Amino acid sequence: MGILEVKGINKRFGGLQALGDVNLSIQENTVHAIIGPNGAGKSTLLNVLVGKLIPDSGSVMFDGQSVLGRKPYEIAQMGISRVFQTPEIFADLTVLENVLIPCFAKRDGAFRMHALEPVRHEREIGRQAETMLDEVNMLSKADVVASALSRGDKRRLEMAMCLVQEPRLMLLDEPTAGMARADTENTIALLKDIRRKRGITMAIIEHDMQVVFSLADRITVMAQGTPLVEGTPDRIKTDPKVREAYLGETQI
Amino acid sequence: MLGLTQKDFLLLLVVVVLTLLAPIILNPFPVNSSLGQSFNAGYPALMQRFAIFGILVIGFNILFGLTGYLSFGHAAFLGVGSYAAVWMFKLLSFNIIPAIVLSVIVAGLFSIVIGYVSLRRSGIYFSILTLAFAQMSYALAYSVLTPLTNGETGLQVYPSDPQYLAAEGAPSAPHVFGLPMAESTTVYFGDWQFTFEIGYYLCALMLILAFYLSIRIFRSPFGMMLRAIKSNQTRMNYTGLNTKPYMLWAFIISGMYAGLAGGLLAAMDPLTGAERMYWTASGEIVVMAILGGVGTLIGPVVGSGVIKYLENIVSKINDNVLHGAFNALPDGLENVIIKIIHPFVGEGWQLTLGLLFMVVVIFLPGGLVQGGQRLGALFSRRSRNATAADRDAARQKPAE
Amino acid sequence: MDAIILQILNGLDKGSAYALIALGLTLIFGTLGVVNFAHGALFMIGAFCAVTMQRLLTLSHTVIDPSQTDFLGNPLQTKVPYLASVFGTEGAQALITWSVPLSIILVIPVMLFVGWAMERGLIKHFYKRPHADQILVTFGLAIVLQEIIRAIYGANPIQSPAPPMFSGSIDIGEYLGFQANAIVYPIWRLVYFAFSAVIIAAVFAFLQFTTFGMVVRAGMADRETVGMLGIDIDKRFTLMFGLAAAVAGLAGAMYAPIVSPNYHMGMDFLVLSFVVVVVGGMGSLPGAVFAGFLLGILQGFASMNEVKAVLPGIDQIVIYLVAIIILLTRPRGLMGRAGVMED
Ligand SMILES: Nc1ncnc2c1ncn2[C@@H]1O[C@H](COP(=O)(O)OP(=O)(O)OP(=O)(O)O)[C@@H](O)[C@H]1O
Ligand SMILES: [Mg+2]
Repeated sequence: MGILEVKGINKRFGGLQALGDVNLSIQENTVHAIIGPNGAGKSTLLNVLVGKLIPDSGSVMFDGQSVLGRKPYEIAQMGISRVFQTPEIFADLTVLENVLIPCFAKRDGAFRMHALEPVRHEREIGRQAETMLDEVNMLSKADVVASALSRGDKRRLEMAMCLVQEPRLMLLDEPTAGMARADTENTIALLKDIRRKRGITMAIIEHDMQVVFSLADRITVMAQGTPLVEGTPDRIKTDPKVREAYLGETQI
Repeated sequence: MLGLTQKDFLLLLVVVVLTLLAPIILNPFPVNSSLGQSFNAGYPALMQRFAIFGILVIGFNILFGLTGYLSFGHAAFLGVGSYAAVWMFKLLSFNIIPAIVLSVIVAGLFSIVIGYVSLRRSGIYFSILTLAFAQMSYALAYSVLTPLTNGETGLQVYPSDPQYLAAEGAPSAPHVFGLPMAESTTVYFGDWQFTFEIGYYLCALMLILAFYLSIRIFRSPFGMMLRAIKSNQTRMNYTGLNTKPYMLWAFIISGMYAGLAGGLLAAMDPLTGAERMYWTASGEIVVMAILGGVGTLIGPVVGSGVIKYLENIVSKINDNVLHGAFNALPDGLENVIIKIIHPFVGEGWQLTLGLLFMVVVIFLPGGLVQGGQRLGALFSRRSRNATAADRDAARQKPAE
Repeated sequence: MDAIILQILNGLDKGSAYALIALGLTLIFGTLGVVNFAHGALFMIGAFCAVTMQRLLTLSHTVIDPSQTDFLGNPLQTKVPYLASVFGTEGAQALITWSVPLSIILVIPVMLFVGWAMERGLIKHFYKRPHADQILVTFGLAIVLQEIIRAIYGANPIQSPAPPMFSGSIDIGEYLGFQANAIVYPIWRLVYFAFSAVIIAAVFAFLQFTTFGMVVRAGMADRETVGMLGIDIDKRFTLMFGLAAAVAGLAGAMYAPIVSPNYHMGMDFLVLSFVVVVVGGMGSLPGAVFAGFLLGILQGFASMNEVKAVLPGIDQIVIYLVAIIILLTRPRGLMGRAGVMED
C-alpha cells in the first residue's frame, strides 16, 4: 500500500481526454518521477492531486484518506506540499517571513486569529524558521526581500518553505525547467540532500533526463493521458516501448 | 515596551506627543496675524477632524495596505456608525460611551455581511462590489429607510426624543459622564492663543489607541498573513492556509475602525446624513490613504492630516488673501500671479486635491511617507557617505 | 400593458447612455487593459461641448441703432450674433436652436483630441502598473477634469434645449392603439435612442468590416500574438482610446437636453456604467450594450408605482442589486470570458 494511491482517474477538457484511467501508486520514502512527452497529462494529474482540478471519476487516497473534493489548503494541511515550475514565493516579504508563514500554518492550522502578539515573540517558531534557512544556506539573507533573490535562491527558498512544514509528500512540477546547467546541478544537489537528510517522499515531473535518472527510485512514463510503463530507472532505460514512445529522440 | 520594538515605540511616542500638543503645535502664529488666520489649524473643530479621519484611514489601511483589496465603499461604515451613535443619543442619553460602542458594533456587523459577500471576488470586482453595496446603502438611507435615517433632513436629536437614561441635569449635548464635549479652556500667551477642548482630547485618545492597535496588528502573525495574501494567494493556499477568514477579519476590523470614526463624528456634532456614505466620500478615504503611503504605519495619519489641513487652508484662501500675500510685487505681476493661482484655491480646492492625487499616484506610488524616506536616505547618504550596507538596508526594508 | 411600454421607453434613454459609456469603457479595457475611471468625465465634457456650441453660435457683437432709443433715451444697442451676418437674423436663430445636434461637429474633434492626449500623456504610463493604480490615477484625473469644467462653466446646471422640432412630447399610445395620453413620451428621448443605436451600429460595423477593426478585435482577444505579427498595435489602440472618448462625448452632448449639463454628471454616470460593464462582462462589447439597455429598462420598471408598492425603494437600488447577484453567481458577467481581471 503506497502513501498515495491513485485509482482510475479520468479527466476530460471538452473533447480532449487529458487523463484516461490513470492508476498510480507512490511508495513512502521513494522519489517517483513522472515523465512523458508534452501534453501527456502530467501537470493535469498533479493539479488533481493538489485539489486544483476535480477529476470526472476515480479516487485519490493519501495515507488512507480521500483527497478528492477537498480544497487546496485542506490538502496542503494533510501533508502534501507543492513546488512550482516558476517558484511561488511571497515576493514582497522578507526571506525569513517567507519561512515563518509555513511554520505558523503547520502549528496553527488553516486559520488562527492572533492579531496582537508580535511575530517576534514566537520564539519557538522563529528558531524553526532560522534552522531551516540555515539548512539551505540562506540564513545570511534572512532580511532580504524575497523579490531581490536570484532565481536559484528563489527555488531554494520555495523548497525551504515546503520542507519546514515537514510534508509527507512533496510534488515538484519541472523544478529545473528553464534553468542554466549550473542551477540545475544545484537543484539536483539540493534535492539529493533533502532526500538524504529527511527521507521525504517526492513525486517529480521532469523533462531533463539527467535530473530524472540521478534522483528517481521509480519512474512512470505517461503518454496521451495514460501511464505507459512503470519501473526502476534501469528498466525504463532499456524498455523498448519507452524508447519508441518517448526516449527515441532523446540522448541519455 | 508595550509589546513594541524600540523603533515602533518611538513612532508611537511621536504620535502621542504630536496629538497631545496639537493645540499648541498647530497654532504657531499669533491669533490675529494674517498668517495666523490663514495657516493656524489648532482650533478644536479642525483638530477633531484630523483625529477622526486619521482613525478612519488607519482602519482602511489595515484592509487596503496589508491585503491590497481596494474597497471603494468604505464610507458606508462611517455612515452606519454615525447613524448608530445618533440613535443612541436619541434613545438613551447624550453620553457618548454607549453611542461609540454601538457604532463600532453595528459597523462591525454590517461589515460582516458586506465583507462576506464582496470577498467572494477579488481585484476590480471586489472594488465594484463594495462600491455597489455602499451606493445601495446610500440610496436606501435616502428612501425606504427614512424612518431610521430621517432621509434628506438627516438624523438629529430632538427635545421630544425619549433619552430614557438621561440623568437629571446632564448636559443637553454630547458628553462623557457629565463632561461636555464642547467644554474647553483657552490659554493666552502674549498674542498667541491655544484652545484645549475635551472633545478633541477624546478623539486624540481614540486616535492613539487606534494607532497603537494598528501597530500591534501590523507586527502580528495575522498582519504578516495579510501581507502574504497581498503578495501571493496561490502560495497561501498551497501552504495550507485558508485566506477567506483572514480577509474577512481584515475587512471587519477596518469596518469597525470606520464605525468608530463615524461614532466620533456624531459625538462631536450629533447629527448625520446619508451624504456621509456617498461614494465620493469613499474616494476621499482612498485618496488620504494613498497620499500618506499605503501599507505604512504612519501614512494614514499623515495622509488624512495633510488632506484635511490643505482642505481647510486652501479652501479658505480667496483673492483678498492672495492680494495680501503678493502685495510686495508690482501690480501687473501681482495680478497675473493671482489669476494663475485663483482657480486652485477657495472653491477650486477640489482641483488642487485631484492634481495632488494624480501627482502622488504618478510620481510617488509609496505616498508622502516613502517620499520622505527617500529624501531622508538621500540626505544621510550625502552627509555620511553611506556604506554599501546602509544602502542595502534602505533597499531591503519596506517602508515603515 | 401601456404602463409597461411606457416604462420600457423610460428605460431606453438612460439605457442608451449607459450602453454608450459602457461601450467605450469596454473598448478601452479590452484593447489597453486599463480601467478608466475618468470615462464619466468624458461623457460630461461631451455634454459641455453642446453648451459651448450654443455659446459659440450666440457669440454676438453690439450694434448701435441711432434711429431708436432705449428707455433711458440713449441710442438702442442690440446684440447681434455674428452668424446673422451670414445667415440673416432668422437663419441665425434657427441655427442657435439647433446647437445641440450641431455640437456633434465640435464634439468629435475635441473628444478625439482629449482621448489622444489622455492616452499619450497619462494612461500610456500605466499599462504595466497594477489595476488599482490605474483606477486611482484616472479617478484623480476625473476629479481634475470635472473641477476644470466647474471653474469654467460654474456649478449650476446649464439648460440646453433640444431643437423646437424635437422638443415636446408625442402620444405614442395613440399610434399603438391605446387610449389617448396613456403613453406620452418626449420626442428628444426617442431621437436619443435612435442616435445611440446608430452610433452603436457604427462602432460594431467599424470593428467588424474594416481591417483596422479586425486588428483591434484580434488584439483584444490576444494582444501578444498580434504584436508578434509585427503589427504596430499600440498606435491603433491609441486611436481606439480616441474613438471611445468620442463615443462617450457624443453620448454626453446629445444627452444635454435630457439632463442639463452639470459638472458632476460624469461621476454620477460613471459608477452606474461600471456596474453595467461588470454585469455585461468585462471586455465584452455586446455584453456592455446589452447590459446597458437591460439595466436602464430594469430601472424603468422598478420606478413603476405598482412595483414600488411591493418593494419600496427598489428603484434606487435595482441596478446595484442586479450587479451583486450577477457578480456572485456568474462572475464573468452575462457575456464575458472567464478569468478576465480576476486579480
Ligand atoms: N484547463 C485546461 N483546459 C483545457 N485543456 C487543458 C487544460 N489544461 C490542460 N489541458 C490540455 O490537456 C493536455 C494535457 O496537458 P498537461 O499540461 O497535463 O500536459 P503535460 O504532460 O504537463 O505537458 P508538458 O510537458 O508540456 O508540461 C494538453 O493537451 C493540454 O492542452
Ligand atoms: Mg506540464
